[in-house]
Amino acid sequence: MSDEIGSMAFEQAFSALQEAVTRLESGEMTLEESVALYERGRLLAARCQALLDAAELRVRQVSGAN
Amino acid sequence: MMFDERPDKDNPLTVSQLTAQVKGILEGSLLLRNIWIQGEVSNARQYASGHWYFTLKDGGSSLKCVMWRSAAANQPIAPEDGASLLARGKITVYERSGEYQLQVDQLRPLGVGDLYAQLEEIKARLVAEGLTDASRKRELPALPWRIGVVTSPDAAAFQDVLNVLRRRFPLGEVILSPTQVQGADAPPQIVRAIERLNAGDLCDVILVCRGGGSIEDLWAFNHEMVARAVALSRLPTVTGVGHETDTTLVDYVSDYRAPTPSAAAETVTRFAVDLPAYVEQGRFDLDALMAARLDGLRGALEQTEQRMQAASPERAIQSARQTVDRLADRLGARTESRLSVLHERLASEARALDAANPTGLLARGYALVRRLDNGAVVRSASEVEAGEGITIQVQDGRFNARVVDEGGLL
Repeated sequence: MSDEIGSMAFEQAFSALQEAVTRLESGEMTLEESVALYERGRLLAARCQALLDAAELRVRQVSGAN
Repeated sequence: MMFDERPDKDNPLTVSQLTAQVKGILEGSLLLRNIWIQGEVSNARQYASGHWYFTLKDGGSSLKCVMWRSAAANQPIAPEDGASLLARGKITVYERSGEYQLQVDQLRPLGVGDLYAQLEEIKARLVAEGLTDASRKRELPALPWRIGVVTSPDAAAFQDVLNVLRRRFPLGEVILSPTQVQGADAPPQIVRAIERLNAGDLCDVILVCRGGGSIEDLWAFNHEMVARAVALSRLPTVTGVGHETDTTLVDYVSDYRAPTPSAAAETVTRFAVDLPAYVEQGRFDLDALMAARLDGLRGALEQTEQRMQAASPERAIQSARQTVDRLADRLGARTESRLSVLHERLASEARALDAANPTGLLARGYALVRRLDNGAVVRSASEVEAGEGITIQVQDGRFNARVVDEGGLL
């Protein structure tokens, strides 16, 4: 699972994190499931943090100026 | 003039020679340099080279005009068909066709009043078409991962935008769609730059930017074609043209009007700037939710345990044990009283038995009298006579005696 998260783009990891929070809020799952989801959420948050720390604005120019 | 002899039938000029002569005369004339011409534009056309060709005319005549790319880049307006304007330049001759033309170096609208009147006219048209309606304004994406920027890459405004985005949203990507932002070429270039981003679906939002400058410098953004391109952009648009006090036509039709290029960059990152906080919040929520979940389960467990204890047989066992104890007490009491009755009875029987025991009588001072000769118990005074031997038994022994007299019956 952490491998999958380790290759996620920020937007993916971020929306997955939000989804994990929402699902935990609903509370409709077994304890085991919620512990698994919680651990996944922590990994997602760490992934987001790492990407934020490493982010550098990319600039690209589209061709055909004239 | 320039030839030694007047050309005649025997000594004609070639066409090229004549044209060269004319060219020399016209282009050498100070009267035909730096002149302002007024007229209405027709047949305006820009070539791929960037040069403009058009005709200026009035009711009686027409004048071919050319404006090189280098000059076009610095004009506040482009030569659009039907426009009345002032053109400044010099007369030159195009030898291939033997035509003279005005080589334009400046274009001016016919008076600033006219320019603004024209602007108001265009604006009124856009308003009438509903292109400036508030209902057309779209919500800007909260997280524009790809930010299209329509501006000149050489301008300070672009660097301002990059600085803001670098600081506020380094996760984003900038897609620069380069264009000139002033000069006669600017309007069609801006239109194409917007269309390029739309056609390729290359970004999530488009910033249309230009730094501050004179009203002429900003005039490209008052062009109808530019305003329409912004209005019809499928991708949401934010305009940041000039300074806060400047308002150009594009500001009325964009989805959001920012006062400056930097402000435009700040606007599109209004949520993105908080991403680190959102991530932090997400982590906090996870912890809080998990803790709450565990607390809830712990509480439920405790409650259940209490209910289980309440329902356990232990209490019933205890109360049963008490009942048994109480019964045992009662049983003990009954048994004791019965025993004491028996004891009492036994004691009384014993007493009766004692009473029947002759040795008991002897203890109380009675004596047993037997005949000495045969040992028979003497029960009556008549059973003995004087002089006969008798044995008297008392409590602790016996002794023999002799009857003194008969004494007689009682």
